[in-house]
Amino acid sequence: MSANGKIGNIELLNKTLATARAENRAALIAYLPAGFPTVDGGIAAVKAALEGGADIVEVGLPHSDPVLDGPVIQTADDIALRGGVRIADVLRTVREAHAATGAPILVMTYWNPVDRYGAERFAAGVAEAGGAGCILPDLPVEESEVWRKAAEQHGLATVFVVAPSSKDERLAKITAAGSGFVYAASLMGVTGTRESVGAQASDLVRRTRAATADLPVCVGLGVSNAEQAAEVAAFADGVIVGSAFVKRMLDAPDEAAGLVGVRELAADLAKGVRSRS
Amino acid sequence: MSDDFFIPDPEGLIPSAEGYFGAFGGKFIPEALVAAVDEVAAEYEKAKTDPAFAAELNDLLVNYTGRPSALTEVPRFAEHAGGARVFLKREDLNHTGSHKINNVLGQALLTKRMGKTRVIAETGAGQHGVATATACALFGLECTIYMGEIDTQRQALNVARMRILGAEVIAVKSGSRTLKDAINEAFRDWVANVERTHYLFGTVAGPHPFPAMVRDFHRVIGVEARRQILERVGRLPDAVAACVGGGSNAIGLFHTFIPDEKVRLIGLEAAGHGVSSGEHAATLTAGEPGILHGSRSYVLQDDEGQITEPYSISAGLDYPGIGPEHAYLKDSGRAEYRPVTDDEAMQALRLLSVTEGIIPAIESAHALAGALDVGRELGPDGLLLVNLSGRGDKDMDTAARYFGLYDEGAGK
Repeated sequence: MSANGKIGNIELLNKTLATARAENRAALIAYLPAGFPTVDGGIAAVKAALEGGADIVEVGLPHSDPVLDGPVIQTADDIALRGGVRIADVLRTVREAHAATGAPILVMTYWNPVDRYGAERFAAGVAEAGGAGCILPDLPVEESEVWRKAAEQHGLATVFVVAPSSKDERLAKITAAGSGFVYAASLMGVTGTRESVGAQASDLVRRTRAATADLPVCVGLGVSNAEQAAEVAAFADGVIVGSAFVKRMLDAPDEAAGLVGVRELAADLAKGVRSRS
Repeated sequence: MSDDFFIPDPEGLIPSAEGYFGAFGGKFIPEALVAAVDEVAAEYEKAKTDPAFAAELNDLLVNYTGRPSALTEVPRFAEHAGGARVFLKREDLNHTGSHKINNVLGQALLTKRMGKTRVIAETGAGQHGVATATACALFGLECTIYMGEIDTQRQALNVARMRILGAEVIAVKSGSRTLKDAINEAFRDWVANVERTHYLFGTVAGPHPFPAMVRDFHRVIGVEARRQILERVGRLPDAVAACVGGGSNAIGLFHTFIPDEKVRLIGLEAAGHGVSSGEHAATLTAGEPGILHGSRSYVLQDDEGQITEPYSISAGLDYPGIGPEHAYLKDSGRAEYRPVTDDEAMQALRLLSVTEGIIPAIESAHALAGALDVGRELGPDGLLLVNLSGRGDKDMDTAARYFGLYDEGAGK
């Protein structure tokens, strides 16, 4: 039970992933950082991705030291932080995007901002905003108990990341602790677009599925176009795209053009996840 | 004799199996690095009790590094420290010019044991980078060093040294373009290349097992110094002092003295333009608990957990974090940490140079500046041991500009 009454949208997330599975397709999950290029511009970008065809959005809470992100997301985080983005702005992004679209929204960030804000307070805030869960890629399962308790109490999913280097016994431990879905990193590396999605991804999805009875397995890192999305959709429950969306915003001459680009890319990728190659 | 240079923590009490020193430490790393970090921990556990590892490392420490390092009494300098007797532990006389080589040789041997062929490292002042490039040349390992762009400029001599040694030096242009950002970039490299790469971390921070392992490789500093001062003076010092950035030379000196309750442990951190100016790197004085680079410790951060940009004239201390064992020693009250400004450090650098003929690194000059105060507090009966962690050659351009030593038209 949530202390302040409002329960997070983990069920909505589960239902969205189940619906995609029932439709024999992968779900499309977009990542966009809050506060980039501005708070309102970031909210518009999240809405554009959802209107374009994304099923789920991960809203990034920018961090000063994004050690798992490549240059594209580093640049966006930098712009957002220099613009003065605060956690309240991130929560407003979740609230307005969810209210406008009814879609499940997760927050993705590094552990220190959550730890500093307070795990319980953060979980309550995300739930209150209508969020569905959090992804905290530098919080390993061994250190996650405090967070998981808070998330569970507030009806939020805790999505853990697994990597090609994860051994089978760790996959079992991580999937047992996680909820919502499992984020399978397609390759060993930081975020950013890649020419091809490595063969490691399908092997990791296979091993992760063997470790969990019910959690959907979604694949991220390196996916940037419809062909890659289709390729990943052939073996995964969801396709996660981040840097390619951010790049559309960064490369556009102005915000309006960037939003058009985000919408187009989402539509293109949505076709990809429906044409399992 | 040579078998007592590498002595892992004989108490073996901290950290815990999970890498905690009280409330600090742990392992906050992405899943992609868990296997590699666990491999380092397992290999180190094996190596720690392997006589062949100790023998090989000890041989290098004696015949390559030149251990034991000297203990030098500095009476003319001590006249400015209230007349207390002051001894310097001369880590500046090690091969490559600082304490960093102690840890680097240990981890380079581990790299070989793990069968990895490539080493990456971060560096601030360039001392860890030079030591790492040196060990990689010695062992035939591929070497990439990440260094903040600002630091490549203020420590240009060390960049040249690393390149002469065959290392690739990458100037990091993100964030504050200093040590913190070099570590971020090294982590990004490690995630992508972990299979054949060891991240030869240079200080007692980072995820478990690095804080304990790097400490163990530097314990030799205090072990030697304790024995040397007992031989020379016949008693333990009243206080031991060292500069702290990440904290490796300080923990190396302090650790042996922790059970000696009457010996005060004093860490000197970089106060830049003064703690109240906001432009400093005094993490234990002004920071709050948080997570940076894989462990929980004190961190310079804002109210929402964004890391704030540190500042120090000293590239090696210009870091917004600190090793978790120092956080533990601070909170337990066993050690004390004091801020030293740029100006105080630079005056101490010049004072040691003109009174004793020893030019210290700017990092180490922070410890010397702190020692002047501690000596005055102790009075003429005081006995003080200071770690001279590195030599100052690399800092001559900074010092020449600071003191206006270039002839007109010379310099840049």
